[in-house]
Amino acid sequence: MAKITYIEHDGTEHVVDVKNGLSVMEGAVKNNIPGIDADCGGACACATCHVYVDPAWLDKTGDKSAMEESMLDFAESVEDNSRLSCQIKVSDALDGMVVRMPESQH
Amino acid sequence: MSEADAHVVILGAGHAGGTLAALLRQYGFAGPITMIGEEPIPPYQRPPLSKAWLKGEADADSLALKPLEFYREQAIDFRPGKRALALDRGAKRVRLDDDSEVSYDILVLATGARPIALSLPGAELKGVMFLRTAADAERLKASIGPGKRLAVVGGGYIGLEVAASGRALGAEVVVLEKEARLLARVANPTLSAFFKGYHEARGVTFELGCSVVGFEGEGGHVAGVRLADGRVVACDAVVVGVGAHPNQEIAAEAGLECARGVVVDLAARTSDPNVFAIGDVTHRPMPIYDRMFRPESVPSALEQAKQAACAITGRPAPAPEAPWNWSDQYDIKLQIAGLPFDADEVVVRGDPASARFAVFHLKGDQLQSVEAINAPPEFMMGKQLILSRRAVDKQKLADPSVSMKEVAA
Repeated sequence: MAKITYIEHDGTEHVVDVKNGLSVMEGAVKNNIPGIDADCGGACACATCHVYVDPAWLDKTGDKSAMEESMLDFAESVEDNSRLSCQIKVSDALDGMVVRMPESQH
Repeated sequence: MSEADAHVVILGAGHAGGTLAALLRQYGFAGPITMIGEEPIPPYQRPPLSKAWLKGEADADSLALKPLEFYREQAIDFRPGKRALALDRGAKRVRLDDDSEVSYDILVLATGARPIALSLPGAELKGVMFLRTAADAERLKASIGPGKRLAVVGGGYIGLEVAASGRALGAEVVVLEKEARLLARVANPTLSAFFKGYHEARGVTFELGCSVVGFEGEGGHVAGVRLADGRVVACDAVVVGVGAHPNQEIAAEAGLECARGVVVDLAARTSDPNVFAIGDVTHRPMPIYDRMFRPESVPSALEQAKQAACAITGRPAPAPEAPWNWSDQYDIKLQIAGLPFDADEVVVRGDPASARFAVFHLKGDQLQSVEAINAPPEFMMGKQLILSRRAVDKQKLADPSVSMKEVAA
């Protein structure tokens, strides 16, 4: 279980407990948090679950696959701390993590 | 009565209906919401049924769009296991199969589509299956495993995904297709050839251009598929994946305009201003291509759920999106953006033998669609070019040494 803070582009914060094994994307979607669309449901096919990971937590989120890297490369408003949240698995190590959402996923 | 306290009734608790209910609450809609679903479980994702779920890599919880308690917490009256039988638009009332009636101010038809059944001898035998619902997937999963022989009728995306999952589970798989190539309705011949080779290299056999005329049984269970040339393909289970029909009867009987589905506008409204329709049941405008179409895809259902949620809550309509879809087979990710309407030229970028390439369809110098195999840059930039309608330099597009960013520059 990890407590994750999702911050919408307008600054609205959502703090939720996410079960280990779920993705950071699923943590948002199952709690109806706006700002993460996840059209493909986690297949790494759409890049609509883009988040900015708080730099302090970036190392703990693991490496990006070539597919994720490639999808992100062509998404809007990408930064060094951009990730596709469907590709980050939640574990105790992510307890306290903060992610921010971009203005739009499309 | 204001829209704010209108009673929204959603018929259908699939990907479209479930997403709409959640979006209405996300957009601040405070009125009563009733969602009526035929299946016994809350809305879930269907795409994994033929892939991760079949292979045992996903469970019911991970398939669910939202946990069951979400609907209670959000005051969404979710009524599973019920089907609407009739719609009375004058009285704004729906009659359900338990003889109860539900009154609405705003009705949303999200009734989806159903697999086309084959009216052939033996089609009622046990082991002749479809793949649409979680219950279908459960039955299918129980009947494929090492040494089992699976016959797939229909070489479309569902059929090929089931074939790939079947091989991953150790089953022997034969795909029976009536056209001369796979994916004949939905993909370019280059892709058809690529997928055929990729599947064959992984042990799937194909019978193309063959006509299924019936199913042979033993003790009430399917044991073979009979072909028009007299051969019988022995099998332990059959999956029929030959397309889907929109569940539009209730709309048609109520006098709503229907074509290849329930006709809607860009706000997902039907010919009755109090009735919306979203998802696989709809025949919808595709503004980029200036025509109507029934896309049958999750991204289209999500886009229409947004359109309806915006219209109901008085938000500005969402910007039109480029249609897209995807398919996972083995380690292949196919991503498709756009539709090849009126295309007059095909440009292949990359070498199919490398399992990383893209097929672009152009009309003049405008991109209509792209089919990308393990090629996210081609998909992502292609999607943007399809939406922008900008002229594309075909020579650069055909040259993989020119980056997609440069092609789109």
